[in-house]
Amino acid sequence: MTEALRHQPAPLTPPVAETVRRHPGPWSRFVRNRLAVSGAVVLTILGVVALLAPVLAPYEPKAVSLEILSPPSGKYWLGTDDVGRDLLTRLMYAARVSLTVGFTAAILTVLLAVTVGAIAGYAGGAVDALISAAINIKLAIPILPLALVLASFLETNLLFIVLIIGLLSWGGVARIIRAEFLSLKEREFTLAALAIGAGHGRIVVRHILPNTLPPIIVAATLQVANSILLESALSYLGFGIQPPEASLGNMLQNAQVYLRTVPALAVFPGALISMTVISINFVGDGLRDALDPRLRL
Amino acid sequence: MQRYLLRRVLLAVPTLLVTSMILFGILHLAPGGPVAIYASPDAGPEDLARIARLLGTDQPIPVQYMKWLGGVLRGEWGSSFRYREPVTTVLIGRLPNTLQLMLAAMVLAFAVAVPFGVISAVSRRRWVQYQASIASMLGVSIPTFWLGMMILLVFSVRLRWLPSGGMATIGIDFSLTDRLHHLVGPAMVLATLYIASWSRYVRSSLLEVIHQDYIRTARAKGLAERRVVFRHALRNALLPLVTLIGLQAPTLVGGAIITETVFAWPGMGRLLAESLTSRDYPVLMASFMIMAVLTVSGNLLADLAYGWIDPRIRLE
Repeated sequence: MTEALRHQPAPLTPPVAETVRRHPGPWSRFVRNRLAVSGAVVLTILGVVALLAPVLAPYEPKAVSLEILSPPSGKYWLGTDDVGRDLLTRLMYAARVSLTVGFTAAILTVLLAVTVGAIAGYAGGAVDALISAAINIKLAIPILPLALVLASFLETNLLFIVLIIGLLSWGGVARIIRAEFLSLKEREFTLAALAIGAGHGRIVVRHILPNTLPPIIVAATLQVANSILLESALSYLGFGIQPPEASLGNMLQNAQVYLRTVPALAVFPGALISMTVISINFVGDGLRDALDPRLRL
Repeated sequence: MQRYLLRRVLLAVPTLLVTSMILFGILHLAPGGPVAIYASPDAGPEDLARIARLLGTDQPIPVQYMKWLGGVLRGEWGSSFRYREPVTTVLIGRLPNTLQLMLAAMVLAFAVAVPFGVISAVSRRRWVQYQASIASMLGVSIPTFWLGMMILLVFSVRLRWLPSGGMATIGIDFSLTDRLHHLVGPAMVLATLYIASWSRYVRSSLLEVIHQDYIRTARAKGLAERRVVFRHALRNALLPLVTLIGLQAPTLVGGAIITETVFAWPGMGRLLAESLTSRDYPVLMASFMIMAVLTVSGNLLADLAYGWIDPRIRLE
């Protein structure tokens, strides 16, 4: 095919691409977005440090010592907490927890949302009405209080926190996916696929789903940020990851008592959460602009 | 219009009913009920049974739910396990505090977000838009509780401008300035979230409006740019914001829980967090229902306000 094209006679007029600026592809649009790229870089560094925490961390995360609440020094770069644990070490391990929760919960959320949204949007009719009603009820209950209820009643280990966040957050994303399916199933290519005898499963997975990928990717990215924030809020209120396991939220729970004396305990974990979430949000925004400029708020 | 209103209100009833069932189910099915919390450690099985009977948790859950629902319909919300007072009394003590906080936060957010959004939309300088997008990203990305702690650290611990929490200075009589002084910190924190999302909204809808024909007409007939932006464009651009405010009611509740905890503000949010630990079912149910009603009516008000401000929209 390409061979055949190459042997065609040269066009008489100069190619249009040279006079009119070519439409940049998603990748070059993303790379040109300085904020998104710096977000991606920061996120990569954080990810590597979190992953290599057992190698990089100077101390054991749960190792207590008698040097409590010590200021930053050569021995403890960021100082120690109220039971003499190294703050830097705990930050590294906590970042691990936050990123794990963020990414797994986001994946769970998106899987649920896509399933529910696809069924509602594609099936339409009574199924859609029922699912939409369920989504509306779900959205009528504020997420944080409900997450608190579930977290206070269930065992609070990593798995349950991920499940709680994932199970509670799918409503908004499901709505987006539903709307996409609702419009895409009426489009010509879907009807064409139906006309040549493709089954519903094939149409949903092979024809419609790929077209909903841009909003799904963007929603998934932003959901990582939301999950990290929700986990940190739960842990801060004492219903999330329990000490001595380090999480950025539960490190702040104690820190408020020492705000007057050792503000470092409060400053660093929060700054780390903020940095992570900001980076993810910038990447998400960049992806939105790159993948689908129409989606811009 | 009236039919629309009626239908929406009628639709809200099953929503709230199902919400209450789900919440009731979750609360009561949870392992480790309130009995263990309110019994003394050396209580025997018959003591536990007596406490369960007293709290009403010995009956099957559907029976308990019907009893609760019957009470609610008569305006009785039961009595708090922990405070041993009617739930209404407990809530009336807390609800106004939360409403004060929310109102202050919303007024502050509106006052900051609108000019902020206008500037970032109207300005043709790239760096202004750049700064604006970074600032609004910071607003949605910084955890509320940490922002609260940092405000405490800077303004209360270091600068000593603000009190370190609570609603009033202990030992002095109520005074408005004292209350406002205590409101500044928590309201700032709660407002931040909304400033970020509202200013983005104002910006994008202003950009949308500003390219319309009637704006060109206004400019063409020689009106000052300031007048065009504020009188002609902004009015129409603010419409979608009304809906957004209504839809964001649930997040305001979540924000209130955290803000009240950080600033020791004795409102509903803190009550809810405390009631969770003490398994105070009647208080929890009532707080949740208030939130659900707030959310549902927020959505409804948003739709109604939209139709009222913009007559082009017909609510059917």
